[in-house]
Order: sequence, then C-alpha cells, then structure tokens
Amino acid sequence: MKIYKLVLIEIWHRKSQLITALLAITLGIGVIVGIRSVAVVSEKAVAVNLDNLGANILVLPQGTSIDNYYSADIDAPTFPEDYVEKIRTSTLQGVDNISPKLTRRIKINNQSVVLTGILPSNEIISKPVWQTSGLSGQALKATCDTSAANKSHGYEDVRLQRKPIETLQQNECIVGSNIATTLKLRQGENVNILGSDFKVFNVLGETGTIDDDRIFAHLHAVQKLTGIENQVSVIEIMGCCNAISDGLLGKLRNILPDTKITTINQIVSTQIKTNQLMNKISIIFLIIILFVGGISIGNSIWANVNERKKELGTYRMIGFTKGRIYEMLLLKASILGIIGGILGYIIGTLSGVILGPQLAGLNIEPIPIFLLWSVLISLLISLLGSLIPAYLAGKIEPYKIMQEA
Amino acid sequence: MLIETKGLSKFYKHKDGIVEAIKDINLGFNQGDFVTITGPSGSGKTTLLLLLAGLLRPTAGSIKFQKHELHSASDNVLAGIRSKHIGFVMQNFSLIPYLSVLNNVLIPLSLNQNGERTKSDYAIHLLETVGLKDRMNHLPKELSAGQQQRVAIARALVNKPNLILADEPTGNLDPALSIEILEVLKRINIENQITIAMVTHSPTASKYGNIRIHIDKGSIVN
Repeated sequence: MKIYKLVLIEIWHRKSQLITALLAITLGIGVIVGIRSVAVVSEKAVAVNLDNLGANILVLPQGTSIDNYYSADIDAPTFPEDYVEKIRTSTLQGVDNISPKLTRRIKINNQSVVLTGILPSNEIISKPVWQTSGLSGQALKATCDTSAANKSHGYEDVRLQRKPIETLQQNECIVGSNIATTLKLRQGENVNILGSDFKVFNVLGETGTIDDDRIFAHLHAVQKLTGIENQVSVIEIMGCCNAISDGLLGKLRNILPDTKITTINQIVSTQIKTNQLMNKISIIFLIIILFVGGISIGNSIWANVNERKKELGTYRMIGFTKGRIYEMLLLKASILGIIGGILGYIIGTLSGVILGPQLAGLNIEPIPIFLLWSVLISLLISLLGSLIPAYLAGKIEPYKIMQEA
Repeated sequence: MLIETKGLSKFYKHKDGIVEAIKDINLGFNQGDFVTITGPSGSGKTTLLLLLAGLLRPTAGSIKFQKHELHSASDNVLAGIRSKHIGFVMQNFSLIPYLSVLNNVLIPLSLNQNGERTKSDYAIHLLETVGLKDRMNHLPKELSAGQQQRVAIARALVNKPNLILADEPTGNLDPALSIEILEVLKRINIENQITIAMVTHSPTASKYGNIRIHIDKGSIVN
C-alpha cells in the first residue's frame, strides 16, 4: 500500500476534522479571491472609462458632488453660461475645446431620461466610440503643439481625433442607444420632450457609458424647456496634456473662482485609490490568512497527531522512520492545502460573480490564474502550519505507547 | 546466533533515584527458538523486549542482531531492521482502526518496493493461514479480539521476519482464544522457523517456549 493511499484513507476516515481544518483557510482564500476579482475588474473598468472619456477638465458649480465623474452634471446646481465666454476671452493656452452643458433628469412616457443640452460646434464628439456612430465633422485643430509627449498620448490615433458636431437644430436631438431601445426611437422619428416635439437627428451606438441613457438636445432649447435660462451645469474642457501639467487648472480657477474645477486625473485617482485600497486589503487578508490559516491547519494537524499517538507509535514500531512520519503528515497537510485552495477559489469566484454586480456594479468573471495562486498560497500556508506538529510527531517514541498499553 | 546480548542494562532516571529496569543480562537465541519471558509486573520483561526490538537504547551492554549492532545503530537503521526482520504482536493488537484487515496486514510492505500485486497476494495468503481471508475487507472493530490478534500475527509475518516479538499476546483474550493464538504462534515457529520471543504472565503460555526465561528485578533468575 502506498503512503498517499494510507493518508487519503485516514483523511476520509476523519471527514469532520477535514471540514474544521479547511474552514479557515478556505474562507480566507475565498475572501482574497473575491476581493482580487473585484479589484481586477474594477481596474479594467477604470481603464476603459479613461479611454472613453474625452474631455479631461470639468468646470462645475461649487457644491457639486463629484462621486461619479460621468453623472456629476445631472441635476447639479448651475452657473451662468457667460462663464464660457470668460474662458474663451482669457486666451488661455492649451484649451482645445469648451463644451457647456445643462443636464436634467426628466420623464418621457414614464421612462426616466437624462436630458443634456449641448452647443453644436462646441460639442466635440469626444468619446472614441462616438466616432463610429456616423456623425460627421471636421478634425479639431489642437492649440498646443504636437510634441512627442502628445503623440504618445494617442493624438495621432484616428479614433482619438476630436471632431465637433457641426449642426444640431433647436428642434433636433441625439438619442443614446439604451433610450432609443426603451422608447423605440429611430433616426428621423419625433419624440416629445417636456411638451415640445424633437426630431431624432441620430441614434448613438452603444458606448457602455451613461451616455447610452441620455438624450442630447441643443443647449438653448434645454434651457428654455427646463426654465433655466442662460445657465449651465457643467463646462467640459479638453485641455492639452502639457498645458494641464503647466498649471492650466490653476489659471482656470483664477478666472472662475466660484466654481469647482477638476480633472479626470483627480476623479479617476479616487477610483484608482479605491482599487489600491482593495489591493492593500488583499495583502492584509493574505497576511491574516497566513497566520490564522496556518495556525488553524497546524492546530488541526497537532490535534490529529495527539489523537493518533498510539497509531503513529505503531507505525514507528513496525519500521516507519521519522522521515516517513513527516512525509505522511506533510502529505496530509498538502492535500488539505490543495483542497482548501480549490474550494477557496470556487467560493471567492462565486461570491464575486454573484455579489459583484449587486454590491460593486461590476460584472465579475472567473480569473483562472487565481486558481493556481489560490492552490499555491493555500499549500504554502498548510505546509508552514504543519511543520512543527510534524516535527513533534516524529519525536513520539513507540516504546512509550507500548508501555502505556 | 540470531540475537545476542552482553551485559545489557537499562536504567531510568526517576525523581526517587535511578531505576534499574534491566541489569547485566546476557542471553542469545538461535533461529527457530521459541522463547518465553515471564516475571512479575515491573520486573523488566517489556523493557527487555523493547531493547531487543531496538526501540530502546541500552544504558550499558550490547545487542547484536544477526550482524547488526543494535545498541549503536542509528534510528533509521533500527527502523530498517524492524521493517525487514522483526514482526510485532502486542497485547492491544496495535491495529490501525480505519484500515481494512487486508490493509493493516499490508502496512509493513508499504516500506519496500515490491509490486502491489505480489504484496497483496502474499497478505491474502497470510490471512488465509490465520483463517481470516473472508474478513479481509472488514475493519478491525468488526472483528472479535481473537480475530484482531490473528490479524496482528498476519501483519507480523508479512515481511517474512526472522524474529517475532510478542508482548502479552494473549493478555486480552479468554483462555480458549489464548490457546488458539498460542497454537498459531507455535505453528509459525515450527513451520517457518521464525524465532519468537514472547513476554507473558500466563504459566500456560510460558509452556509453549523451548527456552523459558524468568526475570525478577531486572535480572534473569531462571
């Protein structure tokens, strides 16, 4: 009979002990896998959002919450539209485009819709995904030079060329893909917005952003419809990267002191910090699991050794060396570690997949490489935790067991 | 000579002083001897057996098993000698509770490299010899005390030993079962020429030995 078979039979014989031994390490690995799965997907989401977000500076009224960059302008307080002129006449270098907006949440056919007023020719088709939606326009001329740094940031990429929306009449609108589906709207059809008929100028392709739930209309038409004349809720600015580095934000704050000016970096950095926090939590959990899981497995193996003293004495009596006793116990610890790692991965991944969309708004998919890491970490913890009990088991003297009998 | 001791002594430290468990014992057994060791409780019988098995280190003297010097051999060498040349039959049977009868018999063979099939066939043959072939898939707890001791005997035989050390093998058995076990041991001794050294309290059991040793206070008195 092979040693591994002997160990497997013993593990199976004490199934309840197996559950107790595995509980801590399985849950620990599960938590780490769950957190890491969410963190990885979140990091990807931030990267996608960064890519999809065109404008990189937001001018918002003081007191606006910027918890979510993409919806910061919805129902936000307002400030005068004249601020656009203040920026335009300031001759600030590095301002590529200024796009004022007024956004309000409204109902159309009892469906909640985000209505955003934009100025044609000022509104850049800033998202790369908009470029494929069939909107026409001319390439925007960048105000800052096309240095190597800018080239490296993708300005040469056709998809990132900024094109303005040339025309949008006061009675026209652009509809996001989700809203178009919900309200069954197609290009050329009419839609009634707050009592006025608008012709659908275009339906945007799916962007995967909040724009899918928006209807874009002319800024002045939206101001009139919502009764907020000459006011805007946000000004999006495309700033040249070099200019931002050179203090463009500070200069804008000097011009518009009663506004909140933020860059995408500040917004995304919050999300990045959140991801970093999750990574730190993963590491903290890993350390905790190293201790708790190791102690738990070690304690379990030690209890097992104590329970099996007579049996281990018998093995030694009939010719098992100390090395063979270590081998048996460490093999058992390895099997526990591998099972714990696999179960932990399954529990952690399932938790992420089930709870991710509800708690974090993220669709979590299994990450196969985590299975390898889970098993390796769990195996390491089990072996480390079992070293001392295995060493002490090797010191059991068979004659004592025989004399006790 | 299969096993020989010279000036063998084993002393234990105790809070009340030194306990002389075995004192200056000289003895020798040949292949095929059936040795019974008797004596009152605490006389040193089991200690002598443990010394002969290489499970205890002597305080003084020597033990020679075949060509091996047990008193100075390393732990691993002693374990190797036990696994290849010595079988054990204990009063409490010392069976592994979660292993089947067959697997209990096979344990000593897990230490050598023979084919699984060969090992298994031989273990089944031994179980047939002790009348337990039909119970080979049972667990020890499903057997009577006498049957468990016969499993222990089969396990002691599986590595084809030169020596079987038996410590009160009938101590937990009723008189009828005791005779049954003693007869099995005697048969093994005669048919396989395996030397048996058996510690016993029982006068009946002691009569099975062709060499009878009586120990008192750590010394051979008869």
